Amino acid sequence: MNVADWLVFLGTLGGIAAYGSWRTRQIRSLNTYLKGRRSTGWGTIGLSVMATQASAITFLSIPGQGFESGIGFVQNYFGLPLALIIVSGVFLPMYRQFGVFTAYEFLGRRFDWKTRLLGAGLFLLQRGFSAGVTIYAPAIILSTMLGWRLDLIIVFIGFLVIVYTVTGGSEAVSLTQKWQFAVIFVGMVAAFIVLLLELPADVGFDDALHVAGALGKLQAVDTSIDPSRRYTLWTGLLGGLFLALSYFGTDQSQVQRYLGGDSLRESRLGLMFNALLKIPMQFLILLLGALLFVFYQFEHPPLFFNQPEWQRHAQGPAGDAFSTLEKRYVVAVGDSEKAIRVWLQTRTSQNPAIEPIARTTMLEANREAAAVRFEAKAALLAVDPRAKTKDSDYVFITFILAKLPHGLIGLLIAVIFAAALNSLAAELSALSTTTMIDFWRYLRPLAAADELRNVQMARWFTALWGFAGITFALLAGFAENLIEAVNIVGSIFYGVVLGIFLVAFFLRRVGGSAVFFAAVAAQSLVITMFLSLNIGYLWYNLIGCAACIAFSMLLQTVLGPCAPADPGRAA
Amino acid sequence: MTDPLPSDQPFDAEPPGLPGFHAWRGVYLFVFGWFVLVVILLAVFGRIFS
Repeated sequence: MNVADWLVFLGTLGGIAAYGSWRTRQIRSLNTYLKGRRSTGWGTIGLSVMATQASAITFLSIPGQGFESGIGFVQNYFGLPLALIIVSGVFLPMYRQFGVFTAYEFLGRRFDWKTRLLGAGLFLLQRGFSAGVTIYAPAIILSTMLGWRLDLIIVFIGFLVIVYTVTGGSEAVSLTQKWQFAVIFVGMVAAFIVLLLELPADVGFDDALHVAGALGKLQAVDTSIDPSRRYTLWTGLLGGLFLALSYFGTDQSQVQRYLGGDSLRESRLGLMFNALLKIPMQFLILLLGALLFVFYQFEHPPLFFNQPEWQRHAQGPAGDAFSTLEKRYVVAVGDSEKAIRVWLQTRTSQNPAIEPIARTTMLEANREAAAVRFEAKAALLAVDPRAKTKDSDYVFITFILAKLPHGLIGLLIAVIFAAALNSLAAELSALSTTTMIDFWRYLRPLAAADELRNVQMARWFTALWGFAGITFALLAGFAENLIEAVNIVGSIFYGVVLGIFLVAFFLRRVGGSAVFFAAVAAQSLVITMFLSLNIGYLWYNLIGCAACIAFSMLLQTVLGPCAPADPGRAA
Repeated sequence: MTDPLPSDQPFDAEPPGLPGFHAWRGVYLFVFGWFVLVVILLAVFGRIFS
């Protein structure tokens, strides 16, 4: 990065953070601090919901996913529009009608205090950990590729978010998300245009799409019922619906985004905005990855995109073997490029009989290049069993640093940071709100009357969660499997929380005690299964939810008609 | 239970205020239709370039 990049990078991020802090410095009302101004429109809500979900890793990993496996990953989002329709039609009216700050406060109104504290506690546990990962995951990639100190990146992201989130709360989060998302949009469009311009002069956009398609990168919809396939229409519809319903309906970091605003209408339109645009947006990011794959068919690509990791081992005792692999890869990529060019010529030739032959040759040449890449990863593991062999996260950043003009590099690095800030700010605001409303105000009801003190406390909670996130991100460097642990912890708790909410909305005869003990039993079951069985952890989302619902119905039948709880405590 | 679930009819009656849509049911149908169209277009896209 040169001076122009630094100016763009620091100017963009610092400017938006300063603007957010300055615009929201006068907030004295807890309602505005936690929910945002009543005048917030659907556009801001919609962008805020979208920005919260799209973390930095979205813009680093998803192009890599398109590069490696094609655009089939888009099916993961197929359940999202359906989930948003359900949230808009069922969850949202209830939240707004009760006038709650948090989703868990709703549980208190619907059931009782213990169910509310259970839901809020589970949220704080999983989201508190994931705030650290939100900082750490992009920081480790940027640190590796840019050579910057990891701890400084973590502290920079953390402090920048803390400054404006503490100052302006949810209002500042929505305000900055809007502008940061504009930066992301401009940056990604610019990267897309540069990528198209960087394709060889004799390979047009249509040719590039045909090459990507012929090499298996553009199969967007897979109707196979083979359970071993990870992304299909059915897993997207069922699994995606389930996950999106949990995330958008019960996770406070999302609920808080759409509870702001003047009316139910604005919140609903904000959600529908996402339901309409999310799949096309993810498709375009994945397509960028697929086109990167085509670009690297004509441009000598690195054998392994995480070059610092590769070079570290290539300079060691196994250097000769690594060097041989690199030479073989140059030959394989050259053969693949020639075969692709021949195939492109046969596509437009007058002799259709030779096209299948050229296609087969191209596929074989491409498979050979892929096989060398596979061997390279095996060689890395052979010399270092702890080596990180997943290099797809490094594909887009490699392209950015190698091919974008100065100024745009700074903008794209700002895009990645802005995405990290977006997600983290929403997480900190949600953690602070839940701590404030579901614990502090509940446990100290007399303090509720002092508005200024409440705002002050909410600011302190935001800062504390920010420092907790920074600390966790710094520690994650010493125990990297913590990232997977966070995903597992999330899956273990998410299902039960969704089960509680589904009971709240759809099983009106079930009361607080039944759902509370059912949730505890379901959670115990999930934890026992996790400790004793060896099944994919994503299944625990479904098991936890189903068990919570089934146990609630059973317990309510045993307990008989539910008795009213203490309204004063639960309010 | 602390609070019974309130009837959501009056609260939910707020119109979408979008041209051509008088009720939220219409908006949801439109979004669902758009989703189906996007999935079909994605399938066609994959088929054209495969």
